Amino acid sequence: MEPIKTITSRAISLPLDDIDTDQIIPARFLKVTDKAGLAANLFSDWRYNADGSPKPEFLLNQPDAQGAHILFTGNNFGCGSSREHAPWALTGFGFNAVVALSFGDIFRNNSLKNGLLPIQVDGATHQRLKDLLDEIPRAEWTIDLEAQTLKTPDGESVHFEIDAFSKTCLVQGNDELGYLMSFADQVKEYEVSHHKGVTI
Amino acid sequence: MGSPLTLFQKVWNEHLVTQQPGAPAILFIDLHLVHEVTSPQAFTSLRSRGLIVRRPDRTIATVDHGVPTLPSKDGTVEGRLAWADDLSRKQIAQLEDNAKTYGIRAYGPASSNNGIVHVIAPELGFTQPGMTIVCGDSHTSTHGAFGALAFGIGTSEVEHVLASQCLLQHKPKTMEVRIDGKLSKGVTAKDIILALIAKIGVGGGIGYVLEYCGSAIRALSMEERMTICNMSIEAGARAGMIAPDKVTYDYIKGREYAPKGADWDKSLAYWKSLPTDVGAVYDHSVTLDASSLEPMVTFGTNPGMGIPVSGKIPTTAAFNDENQKAGLEKSLAYMGLEAGSSLLGHPINVVFIGSCTNGRLSDLREAASIMRGRKVAPGVRTLVVPGSQQVKRQAEAEGLDQVFKAAGAEWREAGCSMCIAMNGDQIAPGEYAVSTSNRNFEGRQGKGGRTFLASPLTAAAVAVTGCVTDVRTMFES
Ligand code: SF4
Repeated sequence: MEPIKTITSRAISLPLDDIDTDQIIPARFLKVTDKAGLAANLFSDWRYNADGSPKPEFLLNQPDAQGAHILFTGNNFGCGSSREHAPWALTGFGFNAVVALSFGDIFRNNSLKNGLLPIQVDGATHQRLKDLLDEIPRAEWTIDLEAQTLKTPDGESVHFEIDAFSKTCLVQGNDELGYLMSFADQVKEYEVSHHKGVTI
Repeated sequence: MGSPLTLFQKVWNEHLVTQQPGAPAILFIDLHLVHEVTSPQAFTSLRSRGLIVRRPDRTIATVDHGVPTLPSKDGTVEGRLAWADDLSRKQIAQLEDNAKTYGIRAYGPASSNNGIVHVIAPELGFTQPGMTIVCGDSHTSTHGAFGALAFGIGTSEVEHVLASQCLLQHKPKTMEVRIDGKLSKGVTAKDIILALIAKIGVGGGIGYVLEYCGSAIRALSMEERMTICNMSIEAGARAGMIAPDKVTYDYIKGREYAPKGADWDKSLAYWKSLPTDVGAVYDHSVTLDASSLEPMVTFGTNPGMGIPVSGKIPTTAAFNDENQKAGLEKSLAYMGLEAGSSLLGHPINVVFIGSCTNGRLSDLREAASIMRGRKVAPGVRTLVVPGSQQVKRQAEAEGLDQVFKAAGAEWREAGCSMCIAMNGDQIAPGEYAVSTSNRNFEGRQGKGGRTFLASPLTAAAVAVTGCVTDVRTMFES
C-alpha cells in the first residue's frame, strides 16, 4: 500500500445519503478474481446509459472528476454489502479520500486497508463544506493525515478523527496483516488455553 | 463476581487474544465461512506472501452467489453448471481449487449439502452459541440468532483470518432492541425487522451490536430469529445477537457437526452462561411493540423505506433534512411511485421467494400455505428458490414443491439467485418484484429492476393476486 501523508486535490460532490455498495459497484461486476479493472464500472448504473454511452450529467463523466482524489458525499456512505470491490473501484478511479457524514462499518474497514481515507465530519462542518463546494467548485482542498486536518481554500482548517493504529498504517503504508502475524505466539497460547466447549 | 455483562461483552471477552494500547483488539475467530465471490483475491494474496491457512479445520467453504438454480438437464452437476456464465464458472472452480489446496472442507455445487452460506452453516450444526463467526459477506449477522458474535468482513480481512485465524477489531457499542407483545396473524419475523429498520433507519445501527430481546423474540423459532438477525446489517449494525435458550439448544442438538456426548454437556454449560446478566448496561436502547405491527412492505430503494401494507408512502413533508427529502424524491422517481399514495393494488411482474433471509423450510411452508389450491396470477413470474439442497429435500418430502408447481410457480435448485442477480436469475428493467430477500437497492435484482421487500406470506399473496396485497385478507375465516 502506498503511504498517504497529504492529499491535495479538488473535491467533487455527490451529496446523497445512503449510497450503497451496490451503486458503487453493481454485483454483476463481482465475478472477477483479481482487483484490477473495476474503476471502469464504478457507479456503473448511474454513469452509463443502457447502450453503454456515458450519461453526461453524472458527476464522474464531468471534466472536474478527472484527476480528482477527494469525493464528498452524505450520510452512511458505503452501506450494504461487504464487497471490498467498492474501495478497489474508488481507488482505481483515483480517489484517496471520501468525506462524509458517516460510513457503513464494513466499507470503512475495507477503505482503510486500501489507502482510501474515510473522513467523517459533523453536520455543521458538512454543511459548510457543501456550501463551499457550491461556491468555488474547482478549489483545491488539502488533507494532512499526520495533522488530521482538512484545509479549504477559505483558509479554514477542519480537524478529523482517525484511530491511531489506522493512521500509522496509512501514513507508513503498512499492511495490517504483518501486525497480526507478529502475535502468532499469543494466538497459539490462546488456542491451547481457551475454547470452552466450542467444537466443530 | 465481576460486574454484570451483556451477551456481546461475554463473547467478546472470551475471544480476546490481546489488546495492545493504541491498537484494535485481536479477536480469535471460531468459524470462518468462505464463498466464491469475496475470497479469490484473499487466497491469491495469501499465496503470494507464502502464507498458509492457519486453521483449515475452522474454515468452511461453499458456493452460492453465482450458482445457477435452473435444474440440470441431464441430472449431473456439470449439467447444472452448464447454465453458468464463464466468469461464474471460473470463480466456482477457483474456490474449489483453493479449498483443495489448503485442505478446507468445501460444499461445492456437487455436494448434497450445498446452499447459501448462511443457511447451510446453521443447518449442519457449525453455527453455535458463543462463537465468533465471520464471512466475507455482510449477512453473516444471521448467525447471531444463536448468540454468536457474527459479522461480515472484507476480502483483506478474509485473508487476515485465513492466515492468522484472528481479526483486528475496534470494540463496538451495544444496543438493546427490546421487542415485546404478541404478533397478530399474518405478521411475521420479517415484518418485525422491516418495522425496526423503518424506525431506526438504515444508518441507525452504525457502530453497534444489536441485542434483540423481549417476549416477542423469545416466542420465535430459530429460523425466525435468523430472519431478524440477518437484516441487522440493513440497519447499519455491526452484528445482531439473540441470547441462546431452549429453542436454540433444541435446534442444534443432533445436527451433523453439533457437539456430541461429553462435548455437548461442556458446550451447553458454556452456552447457558451467555445470556445478558441482570443489571448489565447497554450503550443505547430502543423498543418496538410487536402487537401493533402489520405486514410490512418497502416502497423505496433502501430497506429503511418500509411502511405497513395498509399505509401510505410518506411525502417530503415528513422530513426536515434536505438530503432526506432529496433521497425520498430520488427513490420514488426510480421506483415510479408517487409520494402519499398507497401500495395496495400496485401491479407486480415478478415474485421471488428465497434468500438467506427467507429461504428456509418454515418460509417455504408459509408461502405454500397461501399458494395451496390457488394459482399464480396471469403474467406474474414466481420463483421459489430453497436456501439449500437440504431445505429443498425437506420441502419436497412435504410436497411443498408440488404446491408451488401446481400454482404455476418455478421450483428451483438452491442458491442466492434473484437476491443478488449474479447467476442469470434477474428482473428486467422497469419491472416490479416483490421479494423475500433483504435489499431493495437500485438494480439489486437486475439493472433497472424495482424491488418491494416483504415476508414470504405477503410475497405468496402477491403471486396469487398479481398486485401488492394485505395477506390478512386471504386467510380463510
Ligand atoms: S442470499 Fe442474497 S444476501 Fe444472502 S448471501 Fe446470498 S446474495 Fe447475500
